[in-house]
Amino acid sequence: MQTNLTINGTPQRLELDPRTTLLDALRHHLGLTGSKKGCDHGQCGACTVMVNGRRINACLTLACMHDGDEVTTIEGIGQPDNLSPLQQAFVSEDGFQCGYCTPGQICSATAMLEEVRNGWPSHVTDDLDGGADLTTEEISERMSGNLCRCSAYPNIVEAIRKAAGENA
Amino acid sequence: MTEHFKMETPATERRLDDMAQGLVGAPLDRPEGPLKVTGTATYANEWQIEGMAHGVMVRAPGNSGRVILANRDDVAKLPGVLAVIQDDRLLRNPAQGTANEAPVQSPHHAAYLGQLIAVVVAETFEQARHAAQSLQVTLENAQMVQVDPATAAVEPQDGQALDQGDLDAAMRDAPHSVDLVYTTPSHSSAPMEPHASIASWQGGDLTLRGSYQMLKYNRNELADSLGIHPDRVRIISPYVGGGFGSKLGLAPEAVAAAIAAQELGRPVSVALQRPQVFEATMRRSETRQRVRLAADAEGRLTGLGHDARVSNLPGESFAEPVLQASHFLYAGANRRMSLELARLHRMCAGSVRAPGEAVGVTVLENAMDELAHEIGIDPVALRLRNIPEKDPESGKDYSSRRFREALESGAEAFGWADRPGVKERREGEWLIGYGMASAARVNVLMESQARVTLLPDGTARVETDMTDIGTGTYAILGQIAGDMLGLPRDRVEVVLGDTTLPPAAGSGGSWGASSSGTSVYLACEAIRRQLAQRLEVDEHDLTLKDGRATYANQVKSLSDILQGDEIAKLGHVKPGDTSTDVRQATFGAYFAEVAVHAASGETRIRRMHGSFAAGRILNAKTARSQCLGGMTFGIGIALTEELAFDPRDGHVANHNLAEYHIPVNADVPQLTVELLEERDDWANPMQAKGIGELGICGAAAAITNAIHNATGVRVRDYPATLDKVIAGM
Repeated sequence: MQTNLTINGTPQRLELDPRTTLLDALRHHLGLTGSKKGCDHGQCGACTVMVNGRRINACLTLACMHDGDEVTTIEGIGQPDNLSPLQQAFVSEDGFQCGYCTPGQICSATAMLEEVRNGWPSHVTDDLDGGADLTTEEISERMSGNLCRCSAYPNIVEAIRKAAGENA
Repeated sequence: MTEHFKMETPATERRLDDMAQGLVGAPLDRPEGPLKVTGTATYANEWQIEGMAHGVMVRAPGNSGRVILANRDDVAKLPGVLAVIQDDRLLRNPAQGTANEAPVQSPHHAAYLGQLIAVVVAETFEQARHAAQSLQVTLENAQMVQVDPATAAVEPQDGQALDQGDLDAAMRDAPHSVDLVYTTPSHSSAPMEPHASIASWQGGDLTLRGSYQMLKYNRNELADSLGIHPDRVRIISPYVGGGFGSKLGLAPEAVAAAIAAQELGRPVSVALQRPQVFEATMRRSETRQRVRLAADAEGRLTGLGHDARVSNLPGESFAEPVLQASHFLYAGANRRMSLELARLHRMCAGSVRAPGEAVGVTVLENAMDELAHEIGIDPVALRLRNIPEKDPESGKDYSSRRFREALESGAEAFGWADRPGVKERREGEWLIGYGMASAARVNVLMESQARVTLLPDGTARVETDMTDIGTGTYAILGQIAGDMLGLPRDRVEVVLGDTTLPPAAGSGGSWGASSSGTSVYLACEAIRRQLAQRLEVDEHDLTLKDGRATYANQVKSLSDILQGDEIAKLGHVKPGDTSTDVRQATFGAYFAEVAVHAASGETRIRRMHGSFAAGRILNAKTARSQCLGGMTFGIGIALTEELAFDPRDGHVANHNLAEYHIPVNADVPQLTVELLEERDDWANPMQAKGIGELGICGAAAAITNAIHNATGVRVRDYPATLDKVIAGM
């Protein structure tokens, strides 16, 4: 069936098997393999992309459910010679090792910082109405949907803190 | 032009200390980082290949019997389906690390539930997945088979057995002793990238784009599995999304993709689905360990016993080497050790990060904590008191061993002196405890080759089939070559992960960096000699920095020396007498502070520190990251990780990342790591040792010992989940 998506600002008209997940549409049909398939079950976060500005697991949703949506993938966040501040911070803080969860971590963190800016609380936020500071605890909590088996977690937290500080 | 070198005597000339470029050891960023953070590094299942079909594998629904594909013809007619393949050559389970030959191939008989017995190939992934799910697999003449390690028949591993002195007498006569049984469950490597392969044939030549750790072995395993000559096989694996042992040996999807691609005459991609990674790659064996420690009144060990039971499938020789570090970590004249292997029909057991020490040192370190408590002395003091002068079994010297310094420095950095007594500190609803443990892991050098080419423009290229599974190979090989040839890091290109390149040791056993690094070092040394020859000076009088040679009060650029030529050298290292003349290992110490909830028994780790000594550190940033990863594996072992096997049929009940709990970001505090200055002349000419696994070898014990300090509870059945902790409170 036909689905119209805007991927990283570019309109795409796709003719897809309705069973095709958003993740497989990206990886198999658009050649956008930056979004990773770690579990295909919504359990690891490696496939995290932003749909209309919000982070979701692309493996857990069908492409045809997103007709008309705007999708931002890691390829839309920065390129090797034009890294976003967050991508640059992941490199300098060694916020990855094998690199397979990394695009999902960065997409997730990009959206997460926006959530914080918008005052969304998390499980560890003391005041549900007062906004949250980007403490280690807040970052760790909000990034716990993105697994990293190499366990760059402490460096991921530092990278996010550094990038957020530079943007502030 | 090959530079052969066998490590027969200590390498006392520490040349990397004197290189002017100053790259080795520096905390440089990974050169491939910009590719990884932008999603442009190409992993196995991401090559865009014209005409590629998709394969999905199908599992056996039971653990015995003859496999029947009941509706095979119907499935073959489903839309898009190209083939339903149950070829004799499909693998029963992956090859073990460094096997170098095919593992058991048996798609017609089930040996464990979850075994991959067929592959369904279709035009699209969606069609293949649907068809694979539609295939009805039945088992004919299925029987009851053994799935329980506690009651299975066992095979003693005589090579691991030791009986020195009289342990029974030592235990009987000692004023202090402990005799304990601990159990650890099976673990899964759970790399973030599932195993995947794309196979394509050009005539009789196979190219496999896979996700593998040890390509020179994997190539032979694949060729042997298919019955073709290794010369016809090329494996490409430039980026590997984690391995942790599970990608050491060739796995079922590679052979399935190769067979399907040959049968269909077009490229075929086969990626394991996450549950298949859990069920049909490798598990760390569960262990049952008995540790006996006998000590005199001052805490000096007089006896040390360690007996372990592990398990594996029939036909697999791998037995988790639980006792590996117990042989040399501590003193004690009277020693007894034994390992037995239970045969059963659970998924294959093999290497998972630091096979042996990850669980063996952990339990030994729990026992040491229990002994310290029994004697009433500080756990750090007990370790310090029992550092043996020589290997307690062979009498050999150790190579470099900054074990004492790691214990003392780690204790200082952590603030161990502030350790509370058992159940002494409480903050609101949280009980606070400190724990520590030692770290130890054997150090190994393996045969490895690399080619280094100094190009006419004064840049260099390093080529080897070595892999970078997140370990930092791209970074460190460039740093070694840059230092030896006097080039800034960005003027060295590192090309990895292709069997057309010189064969390397591969990533595993913590030997990758030191082995492949030495081959690069040797090739560069040969290039230096040739440069010196051109300049008519002694090579040792040559200073290379920033692309210029300084010698005898002259300066000349490399491109001027090369005059349009290139110099290519192959470095080839082999282990020699230094591997056996001394005891080589890496050492360290962990310290942890936990908070255990007084009402629920939930454990949160507040702080964790590791001090490690692993010879020369090649890149302080990537080495630290390896330690962070190892310590986090330790957190998983301590608190959450357990493959749950159904007692009825031995299948993995929690075959996914929602039910097999690896640590998430919120489970891991901002770990701190100290890397001690060390040079190990016995290890290799770089004086570097392995660090990829040291961080896990005992880490879990620091946490469970801290739980005891907080609560008084000993959980001797890992993991220390809250139900077990609260039961003892």
